[in-house]
Amino acid sequence: MNFLTDRKRAQGMGSGRDGTKHHWQMMASSVALVVMVPLFIFTFGLGMGGTQEEVISYFSRPFPAIVTGLGLIVGIRHFMFEVQEAVEDYIHGLAGKLVLMAVTAIAYTLIAIGLFALARIAL
Amino acid sequence: MVELTLPKNSRMVSGKTWPKPEGATNVRTVKIYRYDAVEGSAPRLDTYFVDLDTCGPMVLDVLIKIKNEIDPTLTFRRSCREGICGSCAMNIDGINTLACIYGIDEIEGDIKIYPLPHMPVVKDLIPDLTHFYAQHASIMPWLETATNTPEKEWRQSIEDRKKLDGLYECVMCASCSTACPSYWWNGDRYLGPAALLHAYRWIIDSRDEATGKRLDDLEDPFKLYRCHTIMNCTKTCPKGLNPAEAIAQVKKMMVERRV
Repeated sequence: MNFLTDRKRAQGMGSGRDGTKHHWQMMASSVALVVMVPLFIFTFGLGMGGTQEEVISYFSRPFPAIVTGLGLIVGIRHFMFEVQEAVEDYIHGLAGKLVLMAVTAIAYTLIAIGLFALARIAL
Repeated sequence: MVELTLPKNSRMVSGKTWPKPEGATNVRTVKIYRYDAVEGSAPRLDTYFVDLDTCGPMVLDVLIKIKNEIDPTLTFRRSCREGICGSCAMNIDGINTLACIYGIDEIEGDIKIYPLPHMPVVKDLIPDLTHFYAQHASIMPWLETATNTPEKEWRQSIEDRKKLDGLYECVMCASCSTACPSYWWNGDRYLGPAALLHAYRWIIDSRDEATGKRLDDLEDPFKLYRCHTIMNCTKTCPKGLNPAEAIAQVKKMMVERRV
């Protein structure tokens, strides 16, 4: 039996004083991705289909390399924050916290792998 | 965690079919959710037949006719009969709305009536709104001031008063909050569209002096930011209000004071 008042239950532990930063980050990256996704697809697509030397030479140029790197970082971070929202919506308690850790780890690993591969090609 | 299946005692079973009225020519089939938390048995869907020639035009008229003439055990809330009190909010024909202002002629086929979704049911069409009302109280729905009370009145310009239009009309029927998937899954922590609309109503009130504190109290990943702009609240509001816009305005103010 739990004798919490209705008001106490509704207020919980109060405000977390957080959320606006996440909201603003998502707004900013959404706007950035409107430009970056078509640019990334176009730039990345142009580099495809050639011989290995041609692809290496293409991604050694600053513009394609920077667009690809930015696309990786901004796109995967945006994806990670969206998944975080979904996890917070549907998975609660310890399971939710573990999934959030896993999602964050996977996202940053993907970014690291992508940037390493890009650096190997471009440099 | 989100539950994709209903608990055993929440699964619907077929209910009683009541006799058709004798000699009636304009009969409409009405299917109503029946449940009694005290009995604890599974909810059922009872079928009634109502003679529309001797019935008023609204769904609430149908319910009152059934209670008066067919089945006095049918339980529902109602008071004003004109969309002002918000008591008779229920799910009619798949839409959360007020039975008193929803016309029978707006429904094609059988009339299906359920309680507001995803709330504990006390009996039949009566949901337990205790937590919903407590959440409303938690946003301090009153004028907060630090300045000494003026001798005559707190003054407000016509322009500032206009900002409250579309907000003060909310009757707290809970149609919006119970139509919101975010409120379904996280109703214990997310305040829901109704409480947030009321919060915004006091945040933009030119006479209120607790704007910063109100925004501080709302800045939370769950209390405010569980709103994903799904817009079910705006679509279902029987008073034609726009809680989604009010929530968006609160988010905008949150960003404005930081960025």
